Amino acid sequence: MIQVENLYKSFSGRTVVHGISFDVAQGEVLGFLGPNGAGKSTTMRMLTGFLEPDSGKVSICGHDMARSPVLAKQRIGYLAESAASYQDMQVKAFLGFTADIRGLTGAQKKEALERVITLCHLAPVLSESIENLSKGFRQRVGLAQALVHDPDVLILDEPTDGLDPNQKHEIRTLITSLGQSKAIIFSTHILEEVESVCTRAIVVNEGVIVANGTPEELKSKTPSGRLEDFFRAITKGDAQRQSSSFAGVSA
Amino acid sequence: MNPLNMIKIITQRELGVYMGSPVAYVFLIAYLLLAGILTFTLGGFFERNDASLGIFFNWMPWLLIFLVPAMGMRLWSEERRLGTIEFLLTLPITPSQAVLGKFIASWLFLIIAIVLSFPMVITVNVLGTPDNGAILAGYVGCFFLAGTYLSIVCLTSALTKNQVIAFILSVMVCLLLNLIGFSPVTDLMGRWLSPQSIEGIANFSVLSHFDGFQRGILDSRDLIYFISVMVFSLYLNNIAVKNARAR
Repeated sequence: MIQVENLYKSFSGRTVVHGISFDVAQGEVLGFLGPNGAGKSTTMRMLTGFLEPDSGKVSICGHDMARSPVLAKQRIGYLAESAASYQDMQVKAFLGFTADIRGLTGAQKKEALERVITLCHLAPVLSESIENLSKGFRQRVGLAQALVHDPDVLILDEPTDGLDPNQKHEIRTLITSLGQSKAIIFSTHILEEVESVCTRAIVVNEGVIVANGTPEELKSKTPSGRLEDFFRAITKGDAQRQSSSFAGVSA
Repeated sequence: MNPLNMIKIITQRELGVYMGSPVAYVFLIAYLLLAGILTFTLGGFFERNDASLGIFFNWMPWLLIFLVPAMGMRLWSEERRLGTIEFLLTLPITPSQAVLGKFIASWLFLIIAIVLSFPMVITVNVLGTPDNGAILAGYVGCFFLAGTYLSIVCLTSALTKNQVIAFILSVMVCLLLNLIGFSPVTDLMGRWLSPQSIEGIANFSVLSHFDGFQRGILDSRDLIYFISVMVFSLYLNNIAVKNARAR
């Protein structure tokens, strides 16, 4: 359902994504891992059509993002990293707006709104301004917005970031249940999340995919059998990158 | 889905935001107060003993230079600063639908503000027998003037994340479009330039084209001027929005 072929993206001469390719099929929940600055968000922004890749191809349910962006975007539900939503709108008006723009009308719209409001537990805050909500509620509004049109493809950028353990658990359960009928990609820094939710994980480092497999396969590659050790072995943190570039200067 | 419907949905959202925010009411009050002061006090409305809204329309190009940018500066720069542009442009719409939707909503709001100055029309009708056709033409001119300024603000707002920069840039551009047709300036230019070149430059000024409306003349050339500036600015606005995604 999601096909990504050889994506490249650079910003002012610095290449952030170096030829990333992968596929996600229906029923798969793909964990997208990597240290900060590895190119995860940039890749997700190219998948959702916000950024245009320098080269490469993104195809969503058979629609090429470059050629027919509107058709491709219709099939995607996207939760951006900062849970971007209009802060000055009331929750109900904001969800109504997203339902309208997704082409839902009349009974269909009403039903869709009721479904996401129940699913994301938003009933108590419907008439509140989004700017007055707690981080957890804001994240759930972002998720509700992404689910309102019942998309085939879900792309979630750090959906559990900043949530308390109960809320995290809730979102994970939701992703697991949605994953049976959809193709889902979500990025996270929490490795337990990958083990409990994902059917497959991709690790990105410095703009390239350095690992791709089920959580079990990835774990089996280290003697300790822990995902965290595997992650640390194949990726570099900011500090390490810094020191290696200094080493390069002095050499 | 129908592209017009998408534009309508964006327009409705933007209008809803205007109506729900205190800034809109501050704007309306500021506009009406300033228009009243400029017409009745500074413009010497009563001393002129003339039943027309000529003074009111005379002030409009200058008053709107500040008010339209103040109202429109947030349109795109706020989307860019808060990151909501990412949400907006990943919806199944084209950037041009978003550009048009936002522009139309703000233009409608400005038209409402201008129409709310109708007590002045009643006043001149009570005091004398004005040429109401000329007043109507003057109002149509104001709508196009406001739309032209607004299209420039939309463009500058899409160029930066900073609302203050968007405001200053658009005030400067609108001011320039006024000054190149303002007689003290054109007289000054007469020292160095030939009358033909001054006339050529003044043809690009909003004042030259607003003048006809003020006198009650609806000239297709004036309409074409205002519409061309709007189309050109919004075209650039669309490019700026597409490029705003680059980072």
